[in-house]
Amino acid sequence: MYVAVKGGERAIENAHRLLAHKRRGDQSVAEIGLDQISEQLGLAVDRVMSEGSLYDRELAALAIKQARGDLIEAIFLVRAFRATLPRFGASEPVDTGAMRVQRRVSATFKDIPGGQTLGPTFDYTHRLLDPSLAEGFVPEAPAMAEASIAPTPRVTDILGRDGLIESSPEAEDGASVGDLTREPLNFPADRDLRLQNLARGDEGFLLAMGYSTQRGYGRNHPFVGEIRFGEVEVDFVAEDVGFAVPLGAIELTECQMVNQFKGSATEAPCFTRGYGLAFGQSERKTMSMALVDRALRARELGEEALAPAQDEEFVMSHSDNVQATGFVEHLKLPHYVDFQSELGLLRKLRQEFSKAFADANTPEAMKEAAE
Amino acid sequence: MTQHSNQQAQRKAAMAVLAHAEAGEIAARLRNLSLPDHQDLRAPENGLVMLRGRVGGDGAPFNLGEATVSRAAVRLASGEVGFGYTLGRNSEKARLIALCDALVQSRDFGGAVERDVIAPLREQLMIRRKQAAEAAAATKVDFYTMVRGEG
Repeated sequence: MYVAVKGGERAIENAHRLLAHKRRGDQSVAEIGLDQISEQLGLAVDRVMSEGSLYDRELAALAIKQARGDLIEAIFLVRAFRATLPRFGASEPVDTGAMRVQRRVSATFKDIPGGQTLGPTFDYTHRLLDPSLAEGFVPEAPAMAEASIAPTPRVTDILGRDGLIESSPEAEDGASVGDLTREPLNFPADRDLRLQNLARGDEGFLLAMGYSTQRGYGRNHPFVGEIRFGEVEVDFVAEDVGFAVPLGAIELTECQMVNQFKGSATEAPCFTRGYGLAFGQSERKTMSMALVDRALRARELGEEALAPAQDEEFVMSHSDNVQATGFVEHLKLPHYVDFQSELGLLRKLRQEFSKAFADANTPEAMKEAAE
Repeated sequence: MTQHSNQQAQRKAAMAVLAHAEAGEIAARLRNLSLPDHQDLRAPENGLVMLRGRVGGDGAPFNLGEATVSRAAVRLASGEVGFGYTLGRNSEKARLIALCDALVQSRDFGGAVERDVIAPLREQLMIRRKQAAEAAAATKVDFYTMVRGEG
């Protein structure tokens, strides 16, 4: 039975008004601007773009402001916004090998062609709170050095030349690229769908899943072959124009994880790989993604798949924080009718229990039981 | 190179610069030209493009996530049709790129738009990229090996 519940409209309206007031906070404090969020909380913006699955710094900054800094709420807002725009099509795949590298490190090779560039990183900082940042901090201008024009090939491409590492899977002729925003998810899912799912997956979830593989739940012996961060150009074949149109550049982080070998009677052993790619500077995210991508290849590589990180249905069904928060948080919405029926059932069960208990404890019943 | 593919390469090169410029910068440069009559062939429109990566960087494509894109089309009185596409939601920028694309194709304005709009914007873009590359280069690691003992 469905019972409409009326009432609460004024309470809801006033609650939203109160929320707007709280969001602004003390009005003697200057209001935060979207440019301030985008420029000074850049990594929060990157995360909202990645998991909101929409590259638009200004919208992500607006979402963060509207959500009062609750990033999952902001991601939810961005996802809802993207549903309001038409899709013009899909870009040409970006070439991360041609990235204008701002940061590039390898934990496997010291001397990589093009060199190791630390770029803007928290690595090697002491993680001590810096009181000088509290107010009026003016940073030194960055140091400059002559930039080399040498290409910066992906480390995995270098290893690949010697056959020491498996090559990336080629696209099958005429195969379309899976898109989980268009088709419902089915299992088993191909690698393209898995990577799309992980790319928009919750960083915390992927971090925990990746960590679990390191701790032995689906161990795969990872090394960071390379992490690179920088700008790549995006081209889009616009039918009306008739050629691939440059749209501008986006910032991406890419992680190539190199993992322990596979081999067979017919194939020499070689390193295997896991891959991570995300919008903006998102190193923890791409590293976790690469660990989980590799773990999810267990079946393909003939490994025993016993750990949660190797279970694609488990991982892919729980990685999306918008879906997850929707289902968890809906529990706080009115469930009065559901709860009434549960309550009715429970009362009936308790009545039956009392009756059975009383029947079992009559003097005759006790006597029979004693015999 | 045929004339057609030559012009196509020119248009692409111009778009590759314009997509990186601010709408205000393009508009300011265009004010130096006495522009021919033109009209919107298609009003600017905002939408999405699904951005693709490749498995392992060089393998089969996959869908990474979408980006906002603005697009427009402009026709000059002399008939040339230009298209403007750019990341973001700035429809004025898309229209200005479309206008420039039409001008690049025009016999009368092609030279002027390259000289007065595209070339200076390209130079600015190259300076910005050079600065970013130099700042990154200063963080490049010089490994050296410690010599142990007395040899």
